[in-house]
Amino acid sequence: MRNGDLDFGTPAVPGEERAGRVSLTVDGHMVTVPEGTSIMRAAAEAGIPVPKLCATDSLRAFGSCRLCLVEIEGRRGLHASCTEPVTEGIAVQTQNEHIADIRRGVMELYISDHPLDCLTCSANGDCELQDMAGAVGLREVRYQDGESHLDADEDASNPYFSFDPSKCIVCSRCVRACDEVQGTFALTIDGRGFDASVKTGADDFFSSECVSCGACVQACPTATLMEKSVIDHGVPDRVVKTTCAYCGVGCSFKAELKGDQVVRMTPDKDGFANHGHSCVKGRFAWGYANHRERILEPMIRDRIDEPWRAVSWDEAIDHAARRLKAIQAEHGTDSIGGITSSRCTNEEVWVVMKMIRAAFGTNNVDTCARVCHSPTGYGLKQTFGTSAGTQNFDSVAHSDLMMVIGANPTEGHPVFASQMKRRLRQGAKLIVADPRRIDLVRSPHIEADHHLPLLPGTNVPLMNAFAHVVVTEDLVDHDFVGERCDPASFEEWVAFAAREENSPEHVALDTGVPAEDLRAAARLYATAGNAAIYYGLGVTEHSQGSTMVMAMANLAMATGNIGRPGVGVNPLRGQNNVQGACDMGSFPHELSGNRPIGDDALRAQFQSAWGVEIGEEPGFRIPNMLNAACAGEFKAMFIQGEDLAQSDPNTQHVEEALAAMECVIVQDLFLNETAKFAHVFLPGTSFLEKDGTFTNAERRINRVRPVMASKTGMEEWEVAQALANALGYPMEYASASEIMDEVASLTPTFANVSFELLDRVGSVQWPCTDDAPAGTPIMHRETFVRGKGMFVLTDYQPTEERANRKFPLLLTTGRVLTQYNVGAQTRRTDNVDWLNEDVLEIHPADAELRGVREGDWVAVTSRMGEISLRATVTERVVPGVVYTTFHHPDTGTNVVTTDLSDWATNCPEYKVTAVEVRPANHRSSWQETFDVRLTEQTDLLPHT
Amino acid sequence: MSVAKVPRETLAVALGADELAAGLARAGHEVVRTGSYGLCWAEPMIEIDGIAYGPVTDLADLESIRLGPVEAIPELARQERRVFDRCGRVDPFDYDPAWLRSQLDCDPLEIIDEIEASGLRGRGGAGFPAHIKWRTVHDTPADEKYVVVNADEGDSGTFADRLIMEGDPFRLIEGMLLAGRAVGAGKGIVYLRSEYPLAAEIFARAMEAARDMGLLETFDIELFVGAGAYICGEETSLLESLEGKRGEIRAKPPVPAVAGLFGKPTLVHNVITLCAVSDILDRGGRDYAALGVGASTGTMTFQLAGNVKKGALIELPFGVSLRALIEDWGGGTRSGRPLGAVQVGGPLGAYLKEEQLDTPMTYEALATIGAGVGHGGIVVFDDTVDLVRQAHYAFAFCAHESCGKCTPCRIGAVRGRETVEELMASAQGDDELAIIRDLCDVMEQASLCQMGGMTPIPVRSALGLK
Repeated sequence: MRNGDLDFGTPAVPGEERAGRVSLTVDGHMVTVPEGTSIMRAAAEAGIPVPKLCATDSLRAFGSCRLCLVEIEGRRGLHASCTEPVTEGIAVQTQNEHIADIRRGVMELYISDHPLDCLTCSANGDCELQDMAGAVGLREVRYQDGESHLDADEDASNPYFSFDPSKCIVCSRCVRACDEVQGTFALTIDGRGFDASVKTGADDFFSSECVSCGACVQACPTATLMEKSVIDHGVPDRVVKTTCAYCGVGCSFKAELKGDQVVRMTPDKDGFANHGHSCVKGRFAWGYANHRERILEPMIRDRIDEPWRAVSWDEAIDHAARRLKAIQAEHGTDSIGGITSSRCTNEEVWVVMKMIRAAFGTNNVDTCARVCHSPTGYGLKQTFGTSAGTQNFDSVAHSDLMMVIGANPTEGHPVFASQMKRRLRQGAKLIVADPRRIDLVRSPHIEADHHLPLLPGTNVPLMNAFAHVVVTEDLVDHDFVGERCDPASFEEWVAFAAREENSPEHVALDTGVPAEDLRAAARLYATAGNAAIYYGLGVTEHSQGSTMVMAMANLAMATGNIGRPGVGVNPLRGQNNVQGACDMGSFPHELSGNRPIGDDALRAQFQSAWGVEIGEEPGFRIPNMLNAACAGEFKAMFIQGEDLAQSDPNTQHVEEALAAMECVIVQDLFLNETAKFAHVFLPGTSFLEKDGTFTNAERRINRVRPVMASKTGMEEWEVAQALANALGYPMEYASASEIMDEVASLTPTFANVSFELLDRVGSVQWPCTDDAPAGTPIMHRETFVRGKGMFVLTDYQPTEERANRKFPLLLTTGRVLTQYNVGAQTRRTDNVDWLNEDVLEIHPADAELRGVREGDWVAVTSRMGEISLRATVTERVVPGVVYTTFHHPDTGTNVVTTDLSDWATNCPEYKVTAVEVRPANHRSSWQETFDVRLTEQTDLLPHT
Repeated sequence: MSVAKVPRETLAVALGADELAAGLARAGHEVVRTGSYGLCWAEPMIEIDGIAYGPVTDLADLESIRLGPVEAIPELARQERRVFDRCGRVDPFDYDPAWLRSQLDCDPLEIIDEIEASGLRGRGGAGFPAHIKWRTVHDTPADEKYVVVNADEGDSGTFADRLIMEGDPFRLIEGMLLAGRAVGAGKGIVYLRSEYPLAAEIFARAMEAARDMGLLETFDIELFVGAGAYICGEETSLLESLEGKRGEIRAKPPVPAVAGLFGKPTLVHNVITLCAVSDILDRGGRDYAALGVGASTGTMTFQLAGNVKKGALIELPFGVSLRALIEDWGGGTRSGRPLGAVQVGGPLGAYLKEEQLDTPMTYEALATIGAGVGHGGIVVFDDTVDLVRQAHYAFAFCAHESCGKCTPCRIGAVRGRETVEELMASAQGDDELAIIRDLCDVMEQASLCQMGGMTPIPVRSALGLK
């Protein structure tokens, strides 16, 4: 579909800036393009569109439709302009009577096998076939009724799009998009000649390998593959560019609307993070914004067993302010606090953070990044000097090797995974370190060179063994280390790494990874050329999460894999604005830009800008707040867009803390699990209503633009601003843009950033310096931000959570493609068609031993608690390890997780819980309590 | 003890050659299984102590079908057998590698120069100068290069590839090894059509013999059996098929010589093209170039089939007339009726009329009458031929064998078939002929490959359209 984009027909030449230039004439106009460009693209750049159907600039030239034929002076016959590269001095003719006759003849053939129902077709007005029939001047179809595909049956099995083969012109754009763009290879052309048709290799789309990314739908030039929303609502008539609010990839989208109705979300070709691609969540799962369960009016109540009262904004703000003041009066300034959300915009986070520090007058502010990537911030700051990933996503196109550790990109970061897979198909090597056989280990045209199925909790010895091999086999990049790194720390690290306890042979017992595999993988990493590390929460969510981040950073420095395209240490951030929420200074010990609150000069700068005193002592982290609440010392909490009661570990403890507080203020879209313990509910806005910015995993600041008016009548930052004002601290932002101006003025990493800049250049990767005004794709190029790269010793301290006789299995948790985090959004979309419950993955050997069969209900018990869920028996997990997701609140996965956490940052150890699994025939007692509370709390909602 | 040579070749075996061989052995002859000389009309043709007999049905009655000394059989004696000089004469596995070994030390560029001097052109149908491909593959830097042999012999009335692979597989192995040496390839793959199981068996055995002789140490050969699609005889489709994909045409450029199998520089040749290499290198390119006419140098392996008395493979220098082939070698129509039409160059070749038979068989001369040599297949029809039905067949063949990638071929072939059906049912036919004329232009001008692009040739020639 075109949605107004100019389609050049074939992709730009890779590395175009380095290619030679070729000049030619097209219909007499001189045009100069990079060598290797197609004639079609050259013509398009000269402003001369050549008719086409099978060509689109997101896919390699294919040459099947034969509409784009042109003449080249001095050469015989006609040439397909999509597959014919330019050569110096050629004279191309795109139009004459002969060419027109042939194109009309081709179009006559197309239309002889296509329904003549344009007026009632869902693509009417947005159909390339229709356009081309017009462009070539087709006036009649002379062929009599013959063989056709007009009776082919529609496949409506996918909840979001329909496949109507009667309208298919067999251009293969869908097949090629699935192959080249998404890399799933779910589609094929089946049959030969006239029987050639698009097939999935299964009964229908839904039961096939299709991951519903929608690349095929986007690529389809007709109504064959069409969004059901367009079928229902018609072709959109206006476009707003914005940014997806799901994972940390930060895909740019065009929201296509009819009035205020979103008709479809189309990934933006100009998006630097996604280049026109998307996943099932971003493209299709936006319906939650209009879900009937969304709460649009503020609500208050005095006790959590009382009914909610819907009130005006003024009353809600006033009520909240009075309660907070009263609590502070009685229990002290620091008896309250709050947390910011990684799902909200930088501007919303900033205002909540500022409200807590300035209006609450306390440093008791934390962010939900605490429970995901806080070790990343700590570890990369210690070693490199910046709490952020080192590369842009596009860097992966230059990688010779990728090492993926504790991340499952095809599920968690699917759009970046597609980019990784493209590079892997070009021959880059791959190491996967993960307890599970994730899809990257082996999927169509992808096979990991090494899968290291380590036991949960043994990342650090694994990485230390990599270091051991690099050091003892002299695979160190001495030039890099000598020039760029701190020599003393390096020497210590070498001595540490060389210790026998770090040898692959020694760690094999702990990690479960055979020494030979580990040695081979380490050699590959060190010698492959450009080696890049990509990691996720499988690294951070451990008691040694920070240690592991530093161990990876050490390894990258020792092998010289920092500071150029194709290398680096790259966190894959779980939520859309984890990077931003951290940058905004939401951690209790840091002001914006990850700067210590104890720095007097820094504090003075903020105090002068804000006109208030800021305490020098760090405030509470989330776990401290919860513990203090249980102890009766922490009484009130402002919770912006995070569902502590579902997402934080040891649910019983979280519930106890929430229940103990006197005033819990929740700002959210839905009555989430935490809100069931709340006293004030402030309805939030969906990303479709927000105005602001998100910062993705590659430090890219993307604009989020309001697609529709706020359904609550207030922007979220306005709500926090109103509360601050009601508390007596004046805030007077007139727009989100003004908030960013303040962020930029107080934060070196955000210097020079403004909405004006972002609207002008699209997006930037901080920092925007004088040398790099448009941002910094790759960090630490010449020197490390901290000066010399610092090696840190990474002694292995096993987690206290060990498998034992009572709890012999290790549970690790994660997520799946179609669901997102606690599922608040995705559970309220048709994505539930793919997964509507959390299930436990268990290895056949462990299942056999316990009499568990596929689909059985099982109880999972840890020393913290018990839940029941269904089991699936699979070799994706190794013996001794079980796995589940935490998308569904009624599962209560975090009932069993522990409150162990990272030694440096308190990031919870979600990834390791010792459990036992046994067949079950009822829900657990926590789950039964949950069921009761669900009914009670739903009944307490105002009846409208 | 007398030596009896009995062909082990598909046609001869189908006609009872295996039983004849057993019978001759029982009678005390030393039986040697050879290939066929290609005199199909004489099969099964056996040779006892140099005297040929055929077609043999009864070993007890050989005298009535005595053909005389093999070298004196006129249909053989008058040929110029360069490619087929060993075929029929020898035991396919009885091979002395000395000459080949001596050639494999040659400088690659000298080999290519000889090929250029010979004027050799591709025998698969396109007639593209071989040396240009060789030099391109040689000059394109790559970590790996391939020689791919197109043995997907699918043209109606052709069997030259099969005959040589069954009768002299080492001729092909020689060609592959020499080509591999010249272009710098380390691997050769033969893509053989699945309908040739005996050729597959014989070639595979020869391959193993070559391996035992140590000939495949720096250049290995693999045999790949296709899956029955005509379109895989087109080189890019063949490469897709070899890569394990659907047999679908690739757009060119890039040509396979630059980016072929798995994206590597690949020399793709028909069997017969490569089988000409030994003779060229043995006698020199200029000797080979001295045969033939103009730019059609060397010999062509014509294959005479259809309604003809003496179907055969006939290797002659380019330039012989079609009439001479049909009348002097073929003995006229089998039915005895007057000749009606001749289709030259396979199912996508032109239907020629009686008055065109004096055209010399060269690439250039045939082009002037809208025809082509193709792979050398000649199919004869007598005067009962219904050329409208043949036009219908041309479209139907294209519709059946089209890969379905490009629109003119995918839809056009079906619409063409349907329109010819309407033409057959129509009293007047002008409208239908106008549509067919336009469709032929579209298919010829716009098709991605020669499958759709050449289908208009038999259609136009059969219907008398210009």
